[in-house]
Amino acid sequence: MKEPRTSLDMYRMMLLIRRFEEEAARAYSLGKIGGFLHLYIGQESIAVGASHALSDGDYTVTTYRDHGLALARGMSANAAMAELFGKATGCSLGLGGSMHFFDAAHGMFGGHGIVGAHLPLATGCAFASKYRGDGRVSMVFYGEGAASIGATHEAMSLAALWKLPVVFVCENNQYAMGTSLERSLSVPDVSRKADAYGMAKDRFVADDVFTVRDRLKVAIDRARSGAGPSLVEICTYRYRGHSMSDPAKYRSKEEVEEHKGRDALTRLEASLVLDPDTKDEAGQIQAAVELEISAALRFAEESPEPSIDVLEPTTYKGEFAR
Amino acid sequence: MRTLRVREAIREAMAEELERDEDVFLMGEEVGQYQGAYKVSEGLLERFGEKRVIDTPIAEAGFAGLGIGAAIVGLRPIIEFMTWNFSAVAFDQLLNNAAKLRQMSGGQLTVPIVFRGPNGSARQVGSQHSHAMEHFYCHVPGLKVVAPATAADAKGLLKSAVRDDNPVIYLESETLYSMKGEVPDGEHLVPIGKGRIAREGKDVTIIAYSRMVHVSLAAAELLLQKGIDCEVIDLRSLRPLDQDIILASVAKTHRAVVAYEGWPYGGVGAEIVDRIQRHAFDSLDAPVLRVTTMDVPMPYNANLEQLVVPQASGIVAAVERVMYRK
Ligand SMILES: Cc1ncc(C[n+]2csc(CCOP(=O)(O)OP(=O)(O)O)c2C)c(N)n1
Repeated sequence: MKEPRTSLDMYRMMLLIRRFEEEAARAYSLGKIGGFLHLYIGQESIAVGASHALSDGDYTVTTYRDHGLALARGMSANAAMAELFGKATGCSLGLGGSMHFFDAAHGMFGGHGIVGAHLPLATGCAFASKYRGDGRVSMVFYGEGAASIGATHEAMSLAALWKLPVVFVCENNQYAMGTSLERSLSVPDVSRKADAYGMAKDRFVADDVFTVRDRLKVAIDRARSGAGPSLVEICTYRYRGHSMSDPAKYRSKEEVEEHKGRDALTRLEASLVLDPDTKDEAGQIQAAVELEISAALRFAEESPEPSIDVLEPTTYKGEFAR
Repeated sequence: MRTLRVREAIREAMAEELERDEDVFLMGEEVGQYQGAYKVSEGLLERFGEKRVIDTPIAEAGFAGLGIGAAIVGLRPIIEFMTWNFSAVAFDQLLNNAAKLRQMSGGQLTVPIVFRGPNGSARQVGSQHSHAMEHFYCHVPGLKVVAPATAADAKGLLKSAVRDDNPVIYLESETLYSMKGEVPDGEHLVPIGKGRIAREGKDVTIIAYSRMVHVSLAAAELLLQKGIDCEVIDLRSLRPLDQDIILASVAKTHRAVVAYEGWPYGGVGAEIVDRIQRHAFDSLDAPVLRVTTMDVPMPYNANLEQLVVPQASGIVAAVERVMYRK
């Protein structure tokens, strides 16, 4: 077992995310959660690998499929679950919901609902870091579906031109809602978009969380050193539908099963359980995660609803502009 | 007459227009193989093929602009926005191309195109997915804007929109897709620019469109129990606005309340209030009131969302105020 301590830590977080979302799906079907709920199940190795490669103080921005990254960056399961339940104790005070998880203290700058629109935000965070010379790196996650929209390209164009410390991470889970990659991109290798901007690129599969961490670390180091942005395409798969309302009829059961067979979490768990040095602690982690999730559900359930008074001060800082 | 859901009425209108005119095509995200994100276009790909029913990548500015380009050389596109929220990404195309090409070219070009999709609040989809976009589009000369509330109007207005030689913004509501209504048999066209009286009454005029027509009708029932007899106008078209139907009703009731989704600063409701005060000042017995979305971004929390979105109770309160009951 390489790096047993880190392996256990990454395992704990991947399991926490998986179990968090499985319980969120259940709570959704009970009507405790409303609106859209996009699950990250199957993609956990990316958020966890990335968070282990990033430093405290680095900025991260992602899509509506944001629970995994928020937890991996350090948000508590309590604050995350309470947000899904729309409670005042949620990470965004119950105002954002599943798609809009924010935790600025942990460098988690959302949770965004408009495809592609968050890439310029990350480029802006990186601009600020370069401006101030503070050595921070920004990392932005997006789906391959966002490779077709303008904001994505404008963000890359500016970042490359000004050598900003940002890493663009395309989580290629092969479907944008029901549209497969081949039906939406003339060049199916998303990482090649980097070539046009003279940006460094990388492309690999998310099966192993260490690979994710190490390959992203290269891009992060490059950004931090001042050598400019990178585009990293990570091939992955979402096991559930696009959101809770999507029955995912556009793909076969066999295809889904094949991907589940390579599940990064299951593989990591198997290696930890087989190793006598980590076996016991892996078991303890499983028990602790179950406790943490059930505590989060209880916390969310028992927390108060936000009051109407919260709306105006969260709309403007200072006096409301009427 | 047949009973159709609004979703089916929209689909039928598209199918009939695709059938009637080879130049009509449907383009948007998930309209084909997925059968529509809200199943509005279900079956159209199978019936009309990939040439006429076209799935796009996520590129609203691209395919909205493409539609406008195709329209100026003679095609008649129906462009679906998965929801109108995402039209913001393509706003420049609608504002600067669809609306301007005709006048800027001295009338050489026409832009016969329909942009359609669900608009307004849904349920708990948060601040970025709950916009009432009509207020932005109604502001723009060169665009027409329609917002049906019933299955019959959904069908008839969409068919008129496809045949119109101007860009038409056609606004649906996710919350109405499953609502059933009577739709006339055979060719059914509803003219753009004509409202309808959804409920006759004599005491107060409530002016609404789209989903809020149904909320207003519910409010009218509650008010009847309090002895107030409301007339409810379903505008159907927002630009052009059927000013005559509004003024005729206000001439009868002398009181009006405008109920719609959207923020109170400016917007369609403010326009209506202005026209009433300009053209019917002497017949008013009370200030015209508006019942709107609260002046904040839409919160996710279910209770807060219900407080922010206009409700029947708010309409009841406004009507009581213009009746000086409160
Ligand atoms: C501009 C815009 N258009 C359309 C949508 C609706 N929509 C939300 S997610 C999505 C698919 C995105 O797929 P991808 O980028 O591959 O990310 P994934 O959901 O697979 O993580 C679409 C079409 C949107 N949110 N924003």
